[in-house]
Amino acid sequence: MNWVGAVVQGVLVGGWYALAACGLSLTFGIMRLVNIAHGDLAVCGAYLTLVLSSALGLPVGYTLPLVLPIAFAIGVALHLLLFGRALRGGPLAPVLVTFGLSVMIENLLVAGLSADPRSLDAGRLALAGVRVTAFGSVITLSWLRIAGFLTALAVLGGLHLLLARTSFGRLVRATSDDLDTARLVGVRVRPVFATVAGIAVATAALAGVFLGMTATFDPYAGGLSLIFAFEAVVIGGLGSLWGTLLGGVTIGLVQQLAAQWDVQYTVLAVHLLFFAVLAVRPQGFFPASEPEAA
Amino acid sequence: MAPVLEVRSLTADHGRLRAVSEVSLRLDAGEVHAVIGANGAGKSTLLRAIAGLHPPASGTVLLDGDDVTRHPPERRVAAGLSLVPEGRRLFASLTVEENLLVGTHVARPGPWDLERVYDLFGWMRDRRRQRAEHLSGGEQQAVAIGRALVANPKVLLLDELSLGLSPKVVRDMYATLPRLLAEGVTVLLVEQDVSQAVRVATRIHCLLEGRTTLTGPPAVFTPAQIEAAYFGLGKTHP
Repeated sequence: MNWVGAVVQGVLVGGWYALAACGLSLTFGIMRLVNIAHGDLAVCGAYLTLVLSSALGLPVGYTLPLVLPIAFAIGVALHLLLFGRALRGGPLAPVLVTFGLSVMIENLLVAGLSADPRSLDAGRLALAGVRVTAFGSVITLSWLRIAGFLTALAVLGGLHLLLARTSFGRLVRATSDDLDTARLVGVRVRPVFATVAGIAVATAALAGVFLGMTATFDPYAGGLSLIFAFEAVVIGGLGSLWGTLLGGVTIGLVQQLAAQWDVQYTVLAVHLLFFAVLAVRPQGFFPASEPEAA
Repeated sequence: MAPVLEVRSLTADHGRLRAVSEVSLRLDAGEVHAVIGANGAGKSTLLRAIAGLHPPASGTVLLDGDDVTRHPPERRVAAGLSLVPEGRRLFASLTVEENLLVGTHVARPGPWDLERVYDLFGWMRDRRRQRAEHLSGGEQQAVAIGRALVANPKVLLLDELSLGLSPKVVRDMYATLPRLLAEGVTVLLVEQDVSQAVRVATRIHCLLEGRTTLTGPPAVFTPAQIEAAYFGLGKTHP
């Protein structure tokens, strides 16, 4: 690989980080919920797809119309049963509750589906690529990576439109600005937040599906995804969706460029970048003093 | 006819501190009642308890004869009870128009809609795309009133309209009150500015340390009596 290729790959991989992180960004930005189990929910999405596609004998892509609504319903149920109560229990309660949820998910997955690494069969898409010539160098791009990046863009764009242009989005932004006042003008907060949680889990599941198609996953893969997702959210600016995209792409770039130098330093390079951002600009690139409306 | 809003011996606490003690109110349609009292007398807590944000320790709140004491605020809005909170509390990142639209979320049928609010506050139509956080205090107060009005409440609770506003802006704000009453809204307001309250109210309630120390039409009291009830000089309650 060459430097130009590394940059392009970094941007594409960064799209996946943004997809994995946007649900985290959404729940934190809107309901101040730090969901430690977000990465595990993404892995659950991958397992759900694996189970459904083998049970129904369908290719991975065709199971998405089932996987995403199920993930949404799980998010809604989690909010109604856990998150909503935890949010009323002070700042520490959501962290503890979702940490417990994370441990439970990992162990249930091990118990039910074993700790063996798995992957999702992406079919012909897995190996297909396109050769592009840019700046005098030839780069091979995987269609799967391109599809992942475009999906991330579509999801972030869709979320932006949902929040900025719809009456539901208006209620979400109002509730995020001032919860008590939203109730005073008649907003029922629980269904609004439950919907947001549902969307967040659905995006996590989608990220999990792409993770499963581009790499292997096991019940403990959620932890590392969560750390990268957190870093993308914080680097981009807490609670800002476009910031999350930028954060994800930055992480992807640093990772790929570090790999050009020495593959074993890729993870360390990302953490060092995270550390540097926290030291120099702790509010991130796009601090969300102005939530998604911008 | 049953009163539009009736509060029966309402008691509300802040932790272990009693903020409102056995307060009763009866508002008939079209009345304006003003709750006056010094800082910390329990006025805002009383309004928040009536609106449903502050769960009362005991007592009853009846809206049009229905017991709403245990209803959350969002259900009371749908039933026709809206509070304009102290300090405006607009949705800062939303535009003026979006703030009003959120107010229509559970609107009852009635005379008020965005157009009527824009007519009521002339400047608002041209600046409806501006973010609420960029408005002056008086403008924010107007949007907060509009946001409550578009739900078409039977009873409008106004908490400290004059807080932090210049006397002229306060006068303008109160000058809109007759327009609201003409549309059949009943108003319960909290005011620190006694002269303003006495001017607009059909009945005043003076609170001192959470208790009613004086209540009646403002005309029957001398300024000295009101002052005594306000500051707790002399004993006017058991």
